[in-house]
Amino acid sequence: MTVYENPPPDDGATSSIRDIFGSLRDDDWRRLGGCMFAAVVVAMMTGTSGNAQHLTAGVTGSLFKPRILVFILFGLALWALMTAWKRYGDDVKSSLSEVRELRTAVAGNQWARYGGYLAVLLAAILIPPQLSVFWQQVLVSEIGIYVLLTIGLNVVVGFAGLLDLGYIAFYAIGAYTAAYFTGFPDANRRGHISPLPAHPPFHLNPFFVLPVAVLVCLIAGLLLGAPTLRLRGDYLAIVTLGFGEIVRITANNSESVTNGPRGAFGVPHFSAFGYHWTLDLMPYWYLLLGIIVIVFVLFRQLENSRVGRAWTAIREDEVAAAATGIPTLKYKLMAFAIGASTSGLAGVIFASQVGSFAPDNFRLINSLLVLVYVIFGGMGSLPGAVAGASILIWLPEALRDHVDPQDRFVYFGALLVVMMIFRPQGVFPSRRRAREIGLAEAGSGGADAMAAPGGVLQQ
Amino acid sequence: MTAPPVEQIDAVSGIDDPVVQVSNLTLRFGGVTSLADVSLAVARGEILAVIGPNGAGKTSLFNCLTGVYVGEQGTIAFLPRPGESIELAGRKPHRITQLGLARTFQNIRLFNALTAIENVKIGVESRQHTGPIGAMLRLPRTRREERASDARALELLEFVGLHAQGNRLAAALSYGEQRRLEIARALATQPTLLLLDEPAAGTNPNEKADLERLIRRINTEMGLSVLLIEHDMRLVMSVAARVAVLNFGRLIAAGTPAEVQRNPAVIEAYLGTTDEGGSDAASS
Repeated sequence: MTVYENPPPDDGATSSIRDIFGSLRDDDWRRLGGCMFAAVVVAMMTGTSGNAQHLTAGVTGSLFKPRILVFILFGLALWALMTAWKRYGDDVKSSLSEVRELRTAVAGNQWARYGGYLAVLLAAILIPPQLSVFWQQVLVSEIGIYVLLTIGLNVVVGFAGLLDLGYIAFYAIGAYTAAYFTGFPDANRRGHISPLPAHPPFHLNPFFVLPVAVLVCLIAGLLLGAPTLRLRGDYLAIVTLGFGEIVRITANNSESVTNGPRGAFGVPHFSAFGYHWTLDLMPYWYLLLGIIVIVFVLFRQLENSRVGRAWTAIREDEVAAAATGIPTLKYKLMAFAIGASTSGLAGVIFASQVGSFAPDNFRLINSLLVLVYVIFGGMGSLPGAVAGASILIWLPEALRDHVDPQDRFVYFGALLVVMMIFRPQGVFPSRRRAREIGLAEAGSGGADAMAAPGGVLQQ
Repeated sequence: MTAPPVEQIDAVSGIDDPVVQVSNLTLRFGGVTSLADVSLAVARGEILAVIGPNGAGKTSLFNCLTGVYVGEQGTIAFLPRPGESIELAGRKPHRITQLGLARTFQNIRLFNALTAIENVKIGVESRQHTGPIGAMLRLPRTRREERASDARALELLEFVGLHAQGNRLAAALSYGEQRRLEIARALATQPTLLLLDEPAAGTNPNEKADLERLIRRINTEMGLSVLLIEHDMRLVMSVAARVAVLNFGRLIAAGTPAEVQRNPAVIEAYLGTTDEGGSDAASS
């Protein structure tokens, strides 16, 4: 245990312990309870599991063994640290103010930021070829694709403040568009196999499906958005959730068009200008990286433009935004369509890289995960979107060899809970969003209370 | 709530060149009549004040004019130029703003997470045309518009006396500064008619004096017509050319400030009838 105050020199050890206990306040005791509870939970999580014969083995094996002492000791240490931080944290913070100022200066410096982007980009170019095939696979088919999806949803949720729970539907539409247009008009005649039972009017290389998919998703976004974007908040979330499920179930049931639950197979790889992408993962990684960088730069420009400011205005106060001449519905539709088309890009690359997919790839949980990545990274922040998706996909994969595979997502969940409590603004919060959270915590916006009382005619 | 038996008055007669003309406007919320058969016109280039006790329907009138509410009956004709009449009833708020009618809010509604200059730029940009493609690619036109927007926003901040506060967050400004910033944002949309909803509420005497000068300058230097809701009678009497008085959703008096102050119906609305609260009224 940490001793916070110097014990009086003339008294014995007992009285110094009494001093410590005497100096504890109610919230210190509560925190101790919380730490002990956390220690027990972690002990159970990492301990043995029960089974049909030994129902209570999960509890007895985890708690009634000497190993519990280790966890309790960790719990106590955590409690001591937290209590010390509560009491002396402000002193530490003030003594670190110079470090903090330096950090703010670096973060605010344009060139430092560009340097950071360049370093990340170089790492993304140079490091992947050194990785194992497993990590390359994760990088291409999980991280790369989902970073693109997260950047797209960030426009909808982060920039415009529209809660979209059916985002994965546009990804599905992109993937099916790729499968459809890479098929052949004359079915199977020349030994060609179309990925879907439905045959397109003309055959396209996946590379040229990209713009087509962007267009199709743009139109799908407008079609879904036009009637629904009059709704706000929770209502919009429910409608988009419904849309996501409709798209998945339609794909599942339209056997003659989409091949039903078996899905599409044999989507060809990309080829462009004489170069052919193959099963080799690295070319796909560089393709994804290129697209991500382009989309990132374009959206950054968008954020700092008339359009980005209008989105912020709508997010903050829709009535005031309309009164300032912003056509709110048009701008919300724009955000929705831009998000949808980004998702379409990801869909095409996914379809072409894996070659085969099924409606089960586009479940509600995928929509929710993308949303989680956006919020974890920092709503409205482009670097945040990249970091959020990368960290949260990396974590369960990295835990694969170290914990019980079934428990991997418990750690994922725990990370989210801890993050939302201690850093709700995300890993790299956007400047504007961080301010909004700051303002909400300071409880601003009570201007109504200051309206003057009814006036009286005076001479 | 029953309307007192008062003769219905209109504030239209004698105005040859109105910038906005409200005719027989009625607005009800369920059983509550918020505006009853209100007719009122703002002359081009004048400052018209609308006064009345709390709940008289002043803000409802603003909300009808700016498209937030749609009246049950009546028409609202807006004339950005003489002889060019546009019906406002039923139009969307952002369209009305683009036509040239800008407003401020009784309870300040700034974009708090944005800086002062960004707030004003949003107003300026309501007249610009850069779309998402142009913005993503930063085409020359986008850059030109961005520069124009920056310059205009700075001018307006200067006009309302906030040029030193441009990079501060809207939420960090003082109450009086926020009021002026809201006016700058409204001016940025290039209105013909400016609606100010209790701009002096919650400001101190110094800020009130500044505000008085600012409203006059908006009227004379920028040549805008102003429709003002205000409870501060000293301000109303000093800036307004005409005053219209609402009570229980009805227009009960209209005329020059001096005329309105002598009007028995107005005195009754504000002070109550003699048998109810005469002694209270006398003290104020």
